[in-house]
Amino acid sequence: MSTPHIPCLRLGKEYRSFNESEVKDYRDGSVKATMSQVNAGIIRRDLQKIGQAREALEKFTTRELIDISAKAGELFLNGNLALGEGGKMQSAQEYLETLSSTSGLPHVMVKRNMDKIHYALTHVELILNGLTRGIDPTILDRGYGEQAGSPVCFYPTTDALGLVMPSNSPAVNSLWLPSIALKIPIVMKPGRDEPWTPFRLIQAFIAAGCPGEAFGFYPTDHEGAGDILRLCNRALIFGDKSTTDLYAGDPGVQVHGPGFSKILIGEDEIENWPDFIEVMASSISDNGGRSCVNASAVIVPKYAREIAEALGKRLGSLNPLPVDDPNAVLSGFANPKMGEWIDGAIDADLLEKGAHDTTAPHREGSRLVQAEGGTYLRPTIVYCESMNHPLSNREFLCPYASVVEVPQSEMLSAIGPTLVVSAITKDKQFTQQLLSASNIERLNLGPISTMKISWDQPHEGNMFEFLYKRRSIGMAA
Amino acid sequence: MNIEEKIKNAADELDAHVVEIIKWHFSPETGSPFWLNWSNEQDWNPLEEVRSFKDLCNKFPHFQDEWLRDLPNDVWVPQAYKGRPFNIFETGGTTGMPKQRIGWDDFRIDYTEFSKTLKDEHFPRDHYWMMVGPTGPRRLRLAIEHLANERGCSCYFVDLDPRWVKRLIASKQFDQARAYMDHAIDQALTILKHRSVSALFTTPKLLEALAERKDLVKAGIKGVFCGGTTMDKQYARFLVEEVCEGGQIGFVPTYGNTLMGLARHHPIGPDNDYSIAYYAPQPRAALRVINPETNQEVDYDTWGRVELTTLTKEFFMPRFLERDEALRRKPWVEAPWDGVAEVRPFGAMEKNIVEGVY
Repeated sequence: MSTPHIPCLRLGKEYRSFNESEVKDYRDGSVKATMSQVNAGIIRRDLQKIGQAREALEKFTTRELIDISAKAGELFLNGNLALGEGGKMQSAQEYLETLSSTSGLPHVMVKRNMDKIHYALTHVELILNGLTRGIDPTILDRGYGEQAGSPVCFYPTTDALGLVMPSNSPAVNSLWLPSIALKIPIVMKPGRDEPWTPFRLIQAFIAAGCPGEAFGFYPTDHEGAGDILRLCNRALIFGDKSTTDLYAGDPGVQVHGPGFSKILIGEDEIENWPDFIEVMASSISDNGGRSCVNASAVIVPKYAREIAEALGKRLGSLNPLPVDDPNAVLSGFANPKMGEWIDGAIDADLLEKGAHDTTAPHREGSRLVQAEGGTYLRPTIVYCESMNHPLSNREFLCPYASVVEVPQSEMLSAIGPTLVVSAITKDKQFTQQLLSASNIERLNLGPISTMKISWDQPHEGNMFEFLYKRRSIGMAA
Repeated sequence: MNIEEKIKNAADELDAHVVEIIKWHFSPETGSPFWLNWSNEQDWNPLEEVRSFKDLCNKFPHFQDEWLRDLPNDVWVPQAYKGRPFNIFETGGTTGMPKQRIGWDDFRIDYTEFSKTLKDEHFPRDHYWMMVGPTGPRRLRLAIEHLANERGCSCYFVDLDPRWVKRLIASKQFDQARAYMDHAIDQALTILKHRSVSALFTTPKLLEALAERKDLVKAGIKGVFCGGTTMDKQYARFLVEEVCEGGQIGFVPTYGNTLMGLARHHPIGPDNDYSIAYYAPQPRAALRVINPETNQEVDYDTWGRVELTTLTKEFFMPRFLERDEALRRKPWVEAPWDGVAEVRPFGAMEKNIVEGVY
């Protein structure tokens, strides 16, 4: 079978560029697809016509687009969908296997990501309800109406949602899905190594009846990515801290960088710490430790050393398994150099006094391993004597966490900006302090995995409030 | 005459021209101090041992462009030009001392010749041109004005200093770079609004930026003469199909610099995947695509380093290894000698090269 070619989509129309990149198997480097790479000028020219894309979506009611999203969800999960040029089709199983082969995610994790996306698409109504706090979809269609006895009026902040996507985790695509039901077209630069999920999602939407004009899919360079962020009035960017820092403070760009998610145990529950080892372990290692909602630190008032040892024992023995093994928990690296860099960075910081790797005694061999034909990092738990240690508040693209002892009274100031906190406490005063903390985006109270999020509550920016603004309106009787 | 005969004749013409130019630059009564001194330090005599372009390529080492930076300008004055004030043209110089080439009439000769390759349909005579791009100490500014004049046209100018743009980009001041480019485009749009212009010379990036803010066809632009930065196949296609609206505006890419003159291009389109091949203004300049390790030309349609030899009475520059790489292309009926295609900075595939808007 010939290698598929994934074209650029210009307002839904396929465009094959003379410049191509290759999407490769993470193990042997074999080419799984070529992908058209376009120059930034193409994106800028298309953005001048983006009004057509929005007009195409405005022909539908929000209700219709919610139904189309649900249908797209089914097609995404189960259907045969177009893949690239020449009428090539891709089954759900082929998608799963191919994505696994290029991302290094085991099948079981790809399937979980597929299920998440499917859930999001088939529950857009629930999500919109959460985002809009219960606004009737017909109000969005009309632009104005009444909610809870008060007049409301909304206007879009942009004609397109720009997206600069990552390659590390397919489920991040669920973040932009509500945009279609909100009648805002997307203009996307896919992750270099992960075109599969967004392209399949776009094809699912189109097959479900969504106008193709609503989708811009532009594999491009830094200039193109920069223009998407600069010229779409609203855009999401995913990346590491150095990337997201560039856009911090730009109200038009929602940055999705490292989450620095954490588990906190209160003084009232710390004596029960052995009961929470499983929730800690799953928070750290689920989805291969690749998500911003994975815990990267466990902060406790005492027993940090003991907890670090227990987590080290629990996670240290994990090894890479074949991609189709249902028990696989580690992901290979699509870019082996990334694995090597992380391994070196952890080792370099361990040289600084005040930290030690509690997983090391339980591993057979090194953290960085060549296994199952690819490059893997085995889990790492680091005991840190204080939050001043460079490894105490770090996030890596693998199962990694520090365990640090911090007095409960200092925890909230010590943790810094944190995407998800799972706080294991029943102490009312501490709970109140957690509820008032401005540096926590999502708060789980009790022994809940940091991976647990709610679709009807945005944990990382509210897409509706990003894409629409409310204005005051008066109308003659 | 068939293509084989044309190729043979062109090669013979080049060989004869090489002999004439060597004689000029290495004879005490006409040559320059630099080459006469250089010759004295060699254990071979160019006058006797160079009878062809091949001899030149085998006998001369690579020209060191540092000489153009480090030596005073007058060492390059051929005896025959002594006493005539010269133009000083610069290249490089983003940081430090630029390289300088002196000249008298070469740019006029080169651009008069080049004018013959332009079509009146896209570059109408007796009208107005506008250049938006690097003027300053560059040969290009005078050359473009001469080219316009040659066609009975006058030319408006909007300057852009590429050295500043490169510094901004190298220091990641992208907002400043964009603001500076906008400043240039604003000035160009003002000219287009108040004056009638039918032909543009600009860089690809500036052309794109202009076209994003104004419908160039409606503005009366009929031809664009464009050079200065890399144009790969995709970019050339984009410029032709979209920016120049599928041929409504004639698009003439060029490859040239202060040291060579101006190379013309083979027509591009879907038939050749928009792969731009340039042909040097032989015999006044010759381009080879070589493996620098072996000094041998690479096979046709494979990548190699671009090597330039300039052969005029004003300036002799043998075997200058450009900082570009290109595909070697076969001779073409209108330029029956080797061409260089898809020119890009050497090592462009391995590292980011700061090109900016120039």
